[in-house]
Amino acid sequence: MVTVTQPGQRRTPKAAKTNSVAKKAVVAVTGIIMVLYLIAHMIGNLKVFAGRESFNGYSEWIRTIGEPVVPAQTTLTIIRIALLTVVIAHGWAVVSLWRQAKRARPQGYVTKKAVAQSYASRTMRWGGVIVGLFIVYHILDLTMGVVNPEGPSTTPYDRLIAGFSNPFITAVYVVALVLLGMHLRHGIWSATQTLGQSNKRREKTVNLFALVFSVVLIGGYLVVPFSVLFGLVG
Amino acid sequence: MPLDLFAVGDPIADTKAPTDVPIAERWSTRRFRARLVNPANRRKRTVIVVGTGLAGGSAAATLGEAGYRVKSFWFHDSPRRAHSVAAQGGINAAKNYRNDGDSVHRLFYDTVKGGDFRSREDNVHRLAEVSVSIIDQCVAQGVPFAREYGGLLDNRSFGGAQVSRTFYARGQTGQQLLYGAYQALERQMAVGTVEQHARTEMLDLIVVDGRARGIVARDLITGEVSTHFADAVVLATGGYSNVFYLSTNAKGSNTTAIWRAHKRGAYFANPCYTQIHPTCIPVKGDYQSKLTLMSESLRNDGRVWVPKERGDTRDPREIPEDERDYYLERIYPSFGNLVPRDIASRQAKNVCDEGRGVGPGGLGVYLDFADAIGRLGRPAIEAKYGNLFDMYAQITGEDPYETPMRIYPAVHYTMGGLWVDYDLQSTIPGLFVIGEANFSDHGANRLGASALMQGLADGYFVLPNTIGDYLADGPFGPLDDTHPQVAEALGGVQAQVQKLLSVNGTRTPASFHRELGRLMWDLCGMERSEEGLRKALDRIPEIRHEFWTNVKVSGEWDTINPTLEHAGRVADFLELAELMCVDALHRNESCGGHFRAESQTPEGEALRDDGEYAYVAAWEYTPEGAPPVLHREALEYEYVHLAQRSYK
Amino acid sequence: MTATQEHPTFASGTAGDDPAMAKHGMTLTLRVWRQKGPQHKGKMVTYQVEDISPDMSFLEMLDVLNEKLILAGDDPVVFDHDCREGICGSCGLMINGIAHGPEQTTTCQLHMRKFKDGDTIDIEPWRATAFPVIKDLSVNRQALDRIIQAGGYISAPTGTAPEAHSILVSKKDSDAAFDAATCIGCGACVAACPNASSMLFTSAKVTHLNLLPQGQPERDDRVVNMIAQQDREGFGGCTNIGECSAACPKGISMETISRLNHDLLGALRAGARPKS
Repeated sequence: MVTVTQPGQRRTPKAAKTNSVAKKAVVAVTGIIMVLYLIAHMIGNLKVFAGRESFNGYSEWIRTIGEPVVPAQTTLTIIRIALLTVVIAHGWAVVSLWRQAKRARPQGYVTKKAVAQSYASRTMRWGGVIVGLFIVYHILDLTMGVVNPEGPSTTPYDRLIAGFSNPFITAVYVVALVLLGMHLRHGIWSATQTLGQSNKRREKTVNLFALVFSVVLIGGYLVVPFSVLFGLVG
Repeated sequence: MPLDLFAVGDPIADTKAPTDVPIAERWSTRRFRARLVNPANRRKRTVIVVGTGLAGGSAAATLGEAGYRVKSFWFHDSPRRAHSVAAQGGINAAKNYRNDGDSVHRLFYDTVKGGDFRSREDNVHRLAEVSVSIIDQCVAQGVPFAREYGGLLDNRSFGGAQVSRTFYARGQTGQQLLYGAYQALERQMAVGTVEQHARTEMLDLIVVDGRARGIVARDLITGEVSTHFADAVVLATGGYSNVFYLSTNAKGSNTTAIWRAHKRGAYFANPCYTQIHPTCIPVKGDYQSKLTLMSESLRNDGRVWVPKERGDTRDPREIPEDERDYYLERIYPSFGNLVPRDIASRQAKNVCDEGRGVGPGGLGVYLDFADAIGRLGRPAIEAKYGNLFDMYAQITGEDPYETPMRIYPAVHYTMGGLWVDYDLQSTIPGLFVIGEANFSDHGANRLGASALMQGLADGYFVLPNTIGDYLADGPFGPLDDTHPQVAEALGGVQAQVQKLLSVNGTRTPASFHRELGRLMWDLCGMERSEEGLRKALDRIPEIRHEFWTNVKVSGEWDTINPTLEHAGRVADFLELAELMCVDALHRNESCGGHFRAESQTPEGEALRDDGEYAYVAAWEYTPEGAPPVLHREALEYEYVHLAQRSYK
Repeated sequence: MTATQEHPTFASGTAGDDPAMAKHGMTLTLRVWRQKGPQHKGKMVTYQVEDISPDMSFLEMLDVLNEKLILAGDDPVVFDHDCREGICGSCGLMINGIAHGPEQTTTCQLHMRKFKDGDTIDIEPWRATAFPVIKDLSVNRQALDRIIQAGGYISAPTGTAPEAHSILVSKKDSDAAFDAATCIGCGACVAACPNASSMLFTSAKVTHLNLLPQGQPERDDRVVNMIAQQDREGFGGCTNIGECSAACPKGISMETISRLNHDLLGALRAGARPKS
């Protein structure tokens, strides 16, 4: 390419090692996998309404899928490794794109107004970070039990009841889940767009679906802590 | 003829068109007889192309594809900004897709007649032939022309023709065609055949040993003035409507490249031929910086009128029918509101001169859609003209569905330009001129949808085939800045830049430009008279003198400085304006866009004088003080018979 | 020292000729980004302009300011502009934090009737690493041309074209291609995007060419190379927020971005890789 250098022309651009759209596709695909997991997780959570036995049994079943063909915990471990990979990939791609965006505009505007941006789209990054931290806390709390008021050596059901009986813990879960809902609200639309499945005709439907889906899913999650808090369960 | 203002030199003639064969065979014959540069030698020939509009962009891309080393120059940030982008209507081609009797010969005939018999038959015929290939080329590039439901290309009819031969892409045909050429050009830049010089303005032509060998250009960002050499130079720098300050041209459109080439020896042909478009949005105030054209298709449904009484400032909707003068329908009962551009423009001027104009300053006439809306309903009008109505509302803040539009003519295109032969070569060997910058195909009046056709014909098909004949003699040897003729050109440009910055007077370049534009509009605009032109010729040197003693250019030379750029362009307009007036004064006939008050029929229609003026006026530059020299190229009409136009 | 002290008020040239205009003219406070060059630091400088007619375009209002600056011997404010009819794509200013200002059109088609007497207007250049400031409000947008160079064309050398009617294009595709092709390359999408991404620009060209039968042979390479170039130029990535489309004076739809993504992922699956 013959280019006559002029001042005001940017320095030689860094060679792009990766492709921003491919990265974005990684975000979308990993996001979709996590959404599928979230659906399963939410349905599993509802077992709490079937009582202590059923809930703990479900927890036990997850750990013994495939026995005796494979040893205990195998399937769960595979799921965990897969999920961890997905989370890391999601995070890596997002951070990489975030840094690219930072580099793309080092000097911000003195005055800048958002015209189309929604609260959900604006909070994707920090919201995502908060949700990520929440997941760590959530695993320490309910899966491993190390930060649970009841401690690790109890059943999942007991830990759940113990945790959500505390309004502060419930509040943490509610805030995080609402953030997650907003994350999904924009994320689902964005993934459709990123994977090239959106168009003018579908745009409204996709957005409506993203909204309804997010509300239903998060509602499904929230019903558990609230039921515990208000004594409907336990 | 007022001989005091110019001298008469030897006649001039085109020698390249093979007139020994019938007109339909001349272009293929010329291509066969022209010498070629073999493909391996093409990369040893360098061509400079100045301008990246339809003509320059397509020429640079095509020459690059052919294997020449091309250097492309433009003053915008991107080649895509050239003002071809603003053309709305369409592009003509003799495809006869409508089976309505169109043919190459008919397009040729319509164009010669539309040009009021002041163009060269050979060139126009070639234009008509090539038009067919342009559409093929553009479609192959992906230009999204309007299509019908069957997937075929759509056509519409345009003024001056009785067939539907106009291809279009909504109201943005120029934009889409330009992007086609631009993309082809960028592709060549990517492969390295075309070297790009963005934001670089040509300020002089380098002529060495009688050949055009390069240009002096200023980098508009660093201010650096430098030389660029080549074996041939192609100017595709557009028209000079901005000599009128207010025109539909872009703010940056200028005459500098062709004017400097003229001063280096290229003859300037028919500078007084300017086209004035009747349907533009009127001027609102002295601050106004440009005029906006609206497609003349509006006249299909709009009725033009002014109040019968002068000074009637009532709301137009309150003026009763019997107090309105639908003057075009009154004067031209058979064509009515659809008379050609020049006639519609001049009559608008006449009613305004009578004091019956409307709107601020009394320079406007109504274009009323009330009847059409009543007859067809508002939705039908919206579907047809919605984008134009929106544009009007955006600019004026008035709702044209409710109150009549106000329109006024504005300068739009210049048919004059540097004289070229059939090969598009100017009187300086090695200097080729294409597109609106040359004079060649439109005579005294251009038909609608023909500008795009000519720009692309020149750039894609004509120049790349004719330039080889010249380059076959090359390469013409290396040059550097120490060559005396190069050093003189370079020094001259640097001196002018310094001069402009050092005057340090009290008036901005824009104020001189406005003053000149007003003068030209009043005295060398829609109607020209000996008295007015003489007045202009007295006044222009005075303005020019004041400019060089009282202009104020602030800022530095070594940085981007739009005021400095503008000042240089105004300086050239101040010289060109004088030649335009001389040309207008010497041509004591009315033809096409040139209307002389002294040459009209008893009914006030334009009256051509074929006995005296059936020639191209090619002007040779002489240094200040000496009058310009007129060289006449006689126009002979072998195929289209001379006839007076009538639209009554 | 602020420039306001230097130049208390700038009146438009019309005031003297038309007393009505002076009465109705607006007085505005402009805060304009002034930056000498790419290596210099810039800052907002305050000016006052008086007797601004509501019929002026935004750029004509800046002309008024500049004429006075010139006469005062100061550097006028540099901004890009040319056709002043909304089609060349040269002009582009960030006006009160919105690309091209409060109306979805080009800066040259924004008129002062959108503002009120006494308003303060912030005027900034497009800001992006890929659009370095040349001076004041003028930025270098050649990065967009280089994205076109990477594949934004159909290779059809002059003379090779088949008869135009040998290629049929459905009206639907042709119209959609046209809608995308109306992009004027002004860069407002980049300016408005929180990530400074040129995705809407690139996707408009990909959509235009990839929808047409003529564009099919280069379809995969085109999209892969254009995106690679976009990344190389230092633009950000798209996060589907939609600021671009809301700022686009030609109303290019977000659908084009989806279409680009679709084509890109397809191309990558088919093994297309960018030229290095």
